[in-house]
Amino acid sequence: MRHVLSVLVENEPGVLSRISGLFSGRGFNIETLNVGPTLEEGVSVMTITTTGDDQIIEQIIKQLRKLVTVIKVVDLTELTSVELEMMLLKVHAEDSKKAEIFRLLDVFRCKIVDVGQDDIIVETTGDHDKLRALVTLLQRYGIKEMARTGAVALKRSLQLD
Amino acid sequence: MPKTGAQILLECLVREGVDALFGYPGGAIIDIYDQLPNYPLKHILVRHEQGAVHMADGYARASGKVGCALVTSGPGATNAVTGIANAYLDSIPLVVITGQVPTPLIGNDAFQEVDIVGITRPCTKHNFLVKDLESLPLIIRRAFHLARTGRPGPVLVDVPKDIQQKKMAFKFPSDKAVAMRSYNPTVQPNKQQLKKAVELLLGAKRPIIYAGGGIISSNAADPLAWLARTLQIPVTATLMGLGCFPGEDPLFLGMLGMHGTYAANMAITHSDVMLAVGARFDDRVTGKLATFAPHAKIVHVDIDPTSIRKNVRVDVPVVADCRLALEGLKEIVEARLTEKDWAGAHSPWLGQCKEWATLHPLTWKENGGIKPQYVVDAIYRLSKGQAIIATEVGQNQMWAAQFYKYNTPRTLLTSGGLGTMGFGLPAAIGAQIAFPDRLVVDVAGDGSIQMNIQELITAVCNKLPVKVVILNNGYLGMVRQWQELFYAKNYCGTCMDAQPDFVALARAYGAVGLRATTKDEVEPVLEEAFRTPNTVIVDVRVEREENVYPMIPAGASLTEMLLV
Ligand SMILES: Cc1ncc(C[n+]2csc(CCOP(=O)(O)OP(=O)(O)O)c2C)c(N)n1
Repeated sequence: MRHVLSVLVENEPGVLSRISGLFSGRGFNIETLNVGPTLEEGVSVMTITTTGDDQIIEQIIKQLRKLVTVIKVVDLTELTSVELEMMLLKVHAEDSKKAEIFRLLDVFRCKIVDVGQDDIIVETTGDHDKLRALVTLLQRYGIKEMARTGAVALKRSLQLD
Repeated sequence: MPKTGAQILLECLVREGVDALFGYPGGAIIDIYDQLPNYPLKHILVRHEQGAVHMADGYARASGKVGCALVTSGPGATNAVTGIANAYLDSIPLVVITGQVPTPLIGNDAFQEVDIVGITRPCTKHNFLVKDLESLPLIIRRAFHLARTGRPGPVLVDVPKDIQQKKMAFKFPSDKAVAMRSYNPTVQPNKQQLKKAVELLLGAKRPIIYAGGGIISSNAADPLAWLARTLQIPVTATLMGLGCFPGEDPLFLGMLGMHGTYAANMAITHSDVMLAVGARFDDRVTGKLATFAPHAKIVHVDIDPTSIRKNVRVDVPVVADCRLALEGLKEIVEARLTEKDWAGAHSPWLGQCKEWATLHPLTWKENGGIKPQYVVDAIYRLSKGQAIIATEVGQNQMWAAQFYKYNTPRTLLTSGGLGTMGFGLPAAIGAQIAFPDRLVVDVAGDGSIQMNIQELITAVCNKLPVKVVILNNGYLGMVRQWQELFYAKNYCGTCMDAQPDFVALARAYGAVGLRATTKDEVEPVLEEAFRTPNTVIVDVRVEREENVYPMIPAGASLTEMLLV
C-alpha cells in the first residue's frame, strides 16, 4: 500500500543522504521525496511517499525514528490529511487539438504557463489521483516532458473518521 | 587560557572516562598526537588502523566501557571502516576520531581526503564532521552519549586539522546541553506489556529463554539468572549472548541456530512460550523463518524498536533496556510466587530437554590426529573456565563457542554480526589492556590470524601476555566445509598450502612460538603457553578436514540438523 510519511528533521548537512541512504541501503522504495523548511529555524520537513506491506512500512517508520537527526515521523496515511503535489507537463498540442486540450485542462483547473509552436506547458496541483488521471488523459495527445515536486502533506486539525 | 582544538578534544576524552586510546598517526591527526603526552591517556600504537578499531572494540566488549580509537584522514580512516562496521553490527560502544584535511580544503580532493562521514554513514550509529571549534566539545560529549546509551554502537567524529590547531576558551558542556530532542531511546518497559509477558510465562508448559548480546551490554545477567532459575526455564543463547547465563548451569542448553546444539534447536521448535531478550532473530539463528518456533507465543524484549517484528511475529513486544525489563519481570513474578509451584510445573519439559541433550550432545569422534574440539576443551579445562576468549572467524569461532563454557558475561569476544576475519588478535589485545592480569586467549584459524597478524608486535611491545592458539588446518576451514557439503568438494580457493612457519614468525616478532603436532603434546604446550608471561603463539596442527557439527544448512529449518 502507498503511504505518505511526514518526517521532521534537523536541517544539518548530510541529513538528506542519511534518509535516502537508509532507504537505498535497506531496500525500501521511495516514490517521491520532498524537502523544505518549516516555521522553525533549523528544522525541515520531508514528505516521503513510499509503498510496502504493513511490516515494511512499520520498519521504515521505526528505522527513520532511529536516525539521530530525525525529530518526528508521522504516517499521514492513517490520518485525515491534505496531500498535494505540483506538476509541470509539456504536452504536444497541434493547433487543431488546442481547443480540445484547453477545455480538458479547464475541467481539471490547470494553468497554462507557456505556449509554444506545437506544445504547451501546463501547471497543476492536486492529489495523487488527480495527477494520475490528468497524465492518463493527456497521454493521448503526447506528453513530451514531465516534472513533479513530489507530494507535500499536512495533517488536518480536525481528525474526522 | 585559550586551548587548541587538540587540547580540548583530549581533555574531553579524559573527562568522558577514556584511559586508553588505540591509534595510528598521520598528517591530519598530528596535532592531537602532539598534545597526547600531556594527558593521562595510555596510547597503544597499532600497526594497522583496522587493528586499532578492533582493539578499542575488544576493550569495550571486555570492560563494558566505551572504546576509543584515533586515526588519520584518508587511508587511515578507510582502514578503520571494517572495524567500525564490525562494532556496528554487534552494537559495541566506540568513539572513533578521524583526522580530516583543513576545512578550506574539504571537497577539493585534497591530499589524503576522503568523505569518511559519507562512507561510514551506513555503519555508524551516528557520525559528525566538526565544522567549527565552538561545536567540538559538545560533539565529543554527544558522541560518547550516543555510543553508550540506547542500543550502543560506534560513533565517528571527523576533526579537520585547522580545527585541531585553532584556539578558544574551553568550557566542558553540561549534561543538559548534551540532550538531543531527536534522540530519546525508550529504556523503561511498559508495565502492561510486562504483565502480559508474565501471564504467558506462568501459563507456559514448554517455555524457553532465547538470550542475546543485549543482556551482556545492559548488564542483565543477574535478573536473567533469577528468572530462569526461579521459574525453571531452560535458556539458550546466541553467539553474542554466550556468557550471559552460566554455561555450566543445568538449565543451559547451549547456543542455538546454525551451529547450535540439538537440544537448543529442538527446544526452540517445541516451545510454547519464548522469552527473547536482547536478541534480534538473526538469520543464522532462525534458519527458515516459516518453521522457527512454530508453536511459541513470543515475548520480545529489545531496546531497539526496529529489532521487534523485523523478522518474526511477536505477541508481546517490550521496547526497553533489557536489565530494566528483566528486573520488572522479576518484580511481578516475585509477587506471585506463592500461588503455585511454578518450577515443578516444568519438570516434564526439562526432562524432555535433558533427553535431547543426552541424545545428541556436543561431541567429537577421536581418531589419530588432533581434534580441534579437543583443543578448545583443553583450553577450557586448563584455564578453569576463567579466561577471556577472543576468536577469529570460521570453524575456530564455532568450536570456541561450542566447547568452551562461558560462565560470566564479557568472557567471549567474537565478531557475531559481520564475521570479520582478523578480529580476534586485536580484540584480545584490547581486552588485555583492560585486564592486564587475566588470561586472554585468541582462538584462531590459520587463515584469519594472517589478516591482522601485524598486531603481534603491538602485543609484544606493550608486554601483553596474549595467547594465540591457532587451530591450524591448512584450509579456510569453514568455507571448505561448505564446499564439502554443498559444492561437491570443489575446494577452490580454500587450500592454504603455503603457510608461514608460525613458530618462527612468533619469534621474529619477539613473541614465544610453540607447536603441537600430536594429541599428547596439546596439553603440555597449552600449559606452557598459559604459564609464560609473554605473548605466545601456539600452532596446533589439527585434523585437516574436521567439520563443525551440528550444522543446519543455510535457509533450512532448525530441525534439519546435520549431526556428528
Ligand atoms: C574478512 C573476511 N573475508 C572472508 C570471510 C569469509 N570466511 C568466513 S570463514 C572463512 C574461513 C576462515 O578460515 P580460517 O581462519 O583458517 O579458520 P577455520 O575456518 O579454518 O577455523 C572465510 C574465508 C570472512 N568471514 N571475513
